[in-house]
Amino acid sequence: MCLAIPSKITKIENQVATVDVEGVRRKVSLLLLEDAQVGDYVIVHAGFAIHKIDEAEALESLKLLKEALEFVEGDD
Amino acid sequence: MAIKYMEEYRDPRLARGLIEKIMQRSHRDVRLMEVCGTHTMSIFKSGIRSALPPSITLLSGPGCPVCVTAQGEIDAFIELSRRQDVIITTFGDLMRVPGQASSLQRERADGRDIRVVYSTNDALEIAVNNPGKRVVFLGVGFETTAPTVAASILAAKEARISNFSIFSAHKRVPPALEALMKIVGLRLDGLILPGHVSVIIGKKAYGPLPKQYGMPCAIAGFEPVDILQALLHLLEQINSGKPTVENCYPRAVGYDGNIKAQRVIETVFENVDAAWRGLGEIPVSGLGIRKEFASFDARKIFDVEVPDAKEPKGCACGQILTGMKIPPECPLYREVCTPMDPVGPCMVSSEGTCAAYYRYHEP
Repeated sequence: MCLAIPSKITKIENQVATVDVEGVRRKVSLLLLEDAQVGDYVIVHAGFAIHKIDEAEALESLKLLKEALEFVEGDD
Repeated sequence: MAIKYMEEYRDPRLARGLIEKIMQRSHRDVRLMEVCGTHTMSIFKSGIRSALPPSITLLSGPGCPVCVTAQGEIDAFIELSRRQDVIITTFGDLMRVPGQASSLQRERADGRDIRVVYSTNDALEIAVNNPGKRVVFLGVGFETTAPTVAASILAAKEARISNFSIFSAHKRVPPALEALMKIVGLRLDGLILPGHVSVIIGKKAYGPLPKQYGMPCAIAGFEPVDILQALLHLLEQINSGKPTVENCYPRAVGYDGNIKAQRVIETVFENVDAAWRGLGEIPVSGLGIRKEFASFDARKIFDVEVPDAKEPKGCACGQILTGMKIPPECPLYREVCTPMDPVGPCMVSSEGTCAAYYRYHEP
């Protein structure tokens, strides 16, 4: 039931957003979010956006993980 | 083009690094439970099970909404579909769950008007387009789905859509996890907590699990790197003897959760006792529609009785949902219960443990 793919908001009209996932467009309700803007990535559940991805947090946690694993970009 | 916030968490090099650390930190046999059905599927699909050391046993928990819906509620849904002028709207997973004598799918084949929808918004639209019919949405799901259903009631009230109602069988995850902690004989060393339920209720909702029950917990996202991180953190908590709730999904989960969604839930629903398949009756573990919204409450409108129905004979769904058994230990598994002809809900739902085992696990 949990759709884990973050969706990008491309348009907002009357609390309804158009989101795009790899070219697939869908309308989702913004009634459960406070401050969504065009360009934000949101988590969608059953036709409603339920969370705006925190970009700073996403980048920071990925950086920390890479550091913890002593992982250097470009390593193979 | 890579999908942002997803491909990074599928990076095989990061996954390999995490598996290596997990190997280093595995010092004894541990039993870890992924609570959420989407985690179960993701773990099987990504092959995480085969990459882990044999000392780690992964169990599935009571986190598949259709699977934990009580047998009596399934029968009540079916009974409701037979009422005059009713259109039932539901998520697809419920269609094939066997009731005592029928299923929604069978009822539809017999001519009942039962429609699969993607969202409560679709159900509202059906109500608007069918003013002579009474449209009921079957509200099954946890705190992730509950606010979307509550929002539909608020929208129906505002737009004065009077032929729309909800049969609420919604359930709350934290009380069920506490009930799980009290099961005698259940050996568990850590919990992978559900990602999107946590988006709504926040990290704060799980405080009692480590504090009162000493249970290590990690909130996880759904990609392989997310899940491996959670497993590593659980091992670290177990090794250090310091249980806590580790948030391994910070891009989506905050301490407080989605306050607006919580308010919408509280406006429409109140906590009620609820029966869970496998766990029985758990106090304040369900969401019932408040009196102020009784005109949208299908249980009241149709005076539906939820029978005290027995679970199918021989079916081990109840024990599988609580980590007491794994599917191959059920006498019906693969013999008489298959995805084509399921006996219990764990074989029906795309998130069910038995369906996942059948699809991905060697017999």
